[in-house]
Amino acid sequence: MNDPVSSPKHSIGSTEELLAYSLAIEKEAVERFTDLADQMEIHFNYDVADLFRKLAVIEGLHIENVSKASEGKELPELLAWEFEWAGGESPEGGAMEDAHYLMHPWHAIELARQGEKRAVAFFRHVAETSSDEKVVAMALELVVEEEEHVELLEKWQKRFPKPEEGWDDDLDPPMIQE
Amino acid sequence: MSSDTACALIEPRGYKSGVKPVWCPGCGDYSVLGSLTKALSGLRLQPENVAIISGIGCSSRMPTYLSTYGFHGVHGRALALATGLKVARPDITVIATGGDGDGFSIGGNHFLHTCRRNTDMTYIVMDNQVYGMTKGQASPTTEPNWEKGKLTPSGTGINPFQPLVIALASGANFIARCSSSDTNGTARAIMEAIRHPGFSMVQVLSPCVTFRPEQREWKKLTRPAPVDATSDAARAARRLLTDEDGLFTGILYVGDRPPYQPQIEPSIDNIAELDKEFRL
Amino acid sequence: MSRQSLSIALTGSGGSGVMTTGSMLLEAAGQAGWYGIMTRSAGPQIRGGEAAALLRVSNEPIESHDDCFDLVLAIDPGSMGRFVEEIPLRSDSFIISDAEGGRRSGPLPDTPAQVLDLPMKQLAKSIKGGRPNMIALGAVAKLVGLSTTSIHSILEKILKSQGPDALESSRACVELGFSAAADLPEFSSPPIDKTSAGERWSITGNEAAGLGALRGGVRFVAAYPITPATEVLEWLAGALPRAGGVLVQAEDELASMNQIIGASFGGTPSLTATSGPGLALMTEAIGWSVCSETPVVILDVMRCGPSTGIATKNEQSDLNIALNGLHGDAPHLVLAPTSVADCVFTTQWAVYLAESLQAPAIVLSDQSLGQTRANINRPADLAFITRRSVPEQFEENYCRYAIGDSGVSPMAIPGQPGGQYTADGLEHTESGAPSSMPADHLAQLDKRQHKITDFNFGEHWADIEGSGETMVITWGSTCGPVREALARLREQGEDIRLLAIRLLAPERPEEMAAALEGVKRILIIEQSHSRQFHRYLRAAYDLPGEVKVFNRPGPLPFRPNEIIEQLAEVFET
Repeated sequence: MNDPVSSPKHSIGSTEELLAYSLAIEKEAVERFTDLADQMEIHFNYDVADLFRKLAVIEGLHIENVSKASEGKELPELLAWEFEWAGGESPEGGAMEDAHYLMHPWHAIELARQGEKRAVAFFRHVAETSSDEKVVAMALELVVEEEEHVELLEKWQKRFPKPEEGWDDDLDPPMIQE
Repeated sequence: MSSDTACALIEPRGYKSGVKPVWCPGCGDYSVLGSLTKALSGLRLQPENVAIISGIGCSSRMPTYLSTYGFHGVHGRALALATGLKVARPDITVIATGGDGDGFSIGGNHFLHTCRRNTDMTYIVMDNQVYGMTKGQASPTTEPNWEKGKLTPSGTGINPFQPLVIALASGANFIARCSSSDTNGTARAIMEAIRHPGFSMVQVLSPCVTFRPEQREWKKLTRPAPVDATSDAARAARRLLTDEDGLFTGILYVGDRPPYQPQIEPSIDNIAELDKEFRL
Repeated sequence: MSRQSLSIALTGSGGSGVMTTGSMLLEAAGQAGWYGIMTRSAGPQIRGGEAAALLRVSNEPIESHDDCFDLVLAIDPGSMGRFVEEIPLRSDSFIISDAEGGRRSGPLPDTPAQVLDLPMKQLAKSIKGGRPNMIALGAVAKLVGLSTTSIHSILEKILKSQGPDALESSRACVELGFSAAADLPEFSSPPIDKTSAGERWSITGNEAAGLGALRGGVRFVAAYPITPATEVLEWLAGALPRAGGVLVQAEDELASMNQIIGASFGGTPSLTATSGPGLALMTEAIGWSVCSETPVVILDVMRCGPSTGIATKNEQSDLNIALNGLHGDAPHLVLAPTSVADCVFTTQWAVYLAESLQAPAIVLSDQSLGQTRANINRPADLAFITRRSVPEQFEENYCRYAIGDSGVSPMAIPGQPGGQYTADGLEHTESGAPSSMPADHLAQLDKRQHKITDFNFGEHWADIEGSGETMVITWGSTCGPVREALARLREQGEDIRLLAIRLLAPERPEEMAAALEGVKRILIIEQSHSRQFHRYLRAAYDLPGEVKVFNRPGPLPFRPNEIIEQLAEVFET
């Protein structure tokens, strides 16, 4: 299944380019999870904050992996908007609007899982559309890796019950500020 | 912009101050903060050569969250403050940020005249069509039939303010609309806005998940405009006036008016020279 | 040599040119060696209304009009009626009127003065392009003992742009007026003191304030026009660029106030000038300047209030709003010049204090000071060179609002690496991060208070003259007639102490106690209907002995003799 939101608009032509995309995906993931962890901390949702912080650490390890794979190669230097994600966002970035201050760990993992699924779709699309054999081979490796992440997250998610309807109820009205 | 002393690449996170935002999780402003840091990183600006100026409101909290210089001012006056700074210090890259209430209601007059004056700065308005910090009253951009505002329980019944139409008519030199859910598109528009000389106006549709939860739908409804930016103000006006739902995004107008910047070159060496005109 | 002076009023209407005539006369008097002042009074018309130029020339520096006028040139007699209260006359005063003009604009009002006729209009008609005001100018020159040569050189300067014909007809009129006045009685003009002939200036209070601002280091001004402050801004619009500064005409007073805060945040000493209505609009942002500790100077040239009031006339009724108009506990500086010349010093000092203390300074000038043109001794150059405390290098975690000994914390300027902070009107921590914690609020309130109250302002906080047991306390333009009244009493052997307060906020209790040493009676004099200055003094200071108030609203100025009478009346001296 191809995800039209995060697939690249063009076919990836070299492993350097694919690594650059891969690195961007992981960097944006770290950025997003760090921001989400901060958001939860400032709203005293420490369980979910810890979970996002862990996810940020894990994504950080992925950056290391990609960096290792890139050793000796010269990756293209692209600005955030120069990556041609079909829908504008990298598979594991953006989607900040899915956060909620009362969200449960289950939601946090769901949010991460959706990102990883988009990543799987992204790399699969690359493998299907690239005419460079090395790119295809690397993309398929990355598909396998991202699928592992999805599986891990699904296992992790099972440890938490799916929150029931009304999980986001708050009896207090919003606060008035300035 | 002006600080042409580009620096070594600083990752977007390097432009964050480390102070954790107090915005509601899910708020579009988090994404705008991300986009702004991406734009600053893309332009390779030294944080100390950038000043973020704001007024009052949720989105006006922005300066605190950045590692640049910042000024969190009084309600509605960000553009006046930014004008003073930019005119006195043309070497600084000045960016004003704020919301629709701050910019178009209490600050409406400054908005008109800052567009007119065309000082070289960028204005990012996070438009959520509501006053968030005071608990969800209707703002100038709220639809007339929105009935959840406690001060206007039967809806405002009055036409929403059209920020981009007003900006164009008043003389803004660069006009764009973005959606906060498109963080990279927003980053690019902000970067172009900063780079373009004169007054650049960037409206970012940024949902208020607390008082306007239905705006979460903006992510699906906003879409890139089918045409490119124009330098023809008449064409831009036609596009805006025929824009049905105001949810098209992209750079609309790129003008070429020269920015307002008085020269700061003294013609006398000593202030005592000024005494001459008073001598009898 | 004691003070001798001559007071002259020129009245007219419908474009009779009395203001230009008065200005030329004052300048000629200045060049001849006289000190002097000229104030203006006018009707509400933009052009062509009734107008009066009120002059006084003297052998000594003067800061006030006299009790009465000696000579009135009523170019247009009917318009005199409007100025009866502003131009008091005695039985030995002269009105030189124009009977022909009188037929057209109505007769002179009842007057104790002697009325003489000079057919100014008819004489002017005999010269091609001739004007009655130039006839009047020649006549006054003759009466006060000025030569036509000195008048001609001024005519040349002022009429340069009008072409040779206009200049020639004006010269001819001046000569004709001069000779026509030969039949009129002579006036005893003040002697000219050549011994103290240092450099003399002709300057208005508004120009003087602008000059003080520039001398103090102001290089950014935001302007929104308002009477009677506009001339400050107009003068600065010409002078600032020469000094490498910028003036921006803003869209309103809210904008001008915020623009100067923005410019000052960028490191440029900044000022705006306004009057009461504008000050009211600015107060929110002035509070913000207090909280964010961004120095700015606001010059309020006061006029009659409340509301639009009488925009062209003097009153000292913005004291309350200047002292107490800010919301919250907002320590700031309020200063007031005590004379036209002092507008230079006080404004320059205000810039210095604002910059040194990183706080807003409101300077309360007034219409009378601002729009009076005066021939004065050159104001001294002062050493108050603005020095804002700016860090040279930064520690790891720079704290913009660090609480040090003085309460003034070094202020980083955009462009300085390592100094990045957010200036905030929200209460904040020492680093500048917003805080709603009681301890942070208290600490920052203390800091902002302490840096101002515990600063050493030195002797400039007030002008103290004399040493008697009776004291007059006053401020602003009212200092002029008070000084003259006390000088007259001193000549008669009566020593009355003067306290003219220049620094109105912060309060100076120790200095005040010293100034009041030995005082048994106090007369407070102010131009405010609700006794704002009296209430302020009562709230801020312990006043010993018998305390009386002589107050009235604007626009009529105090005259020296009324003050002498008041002193006699209230203390039965």
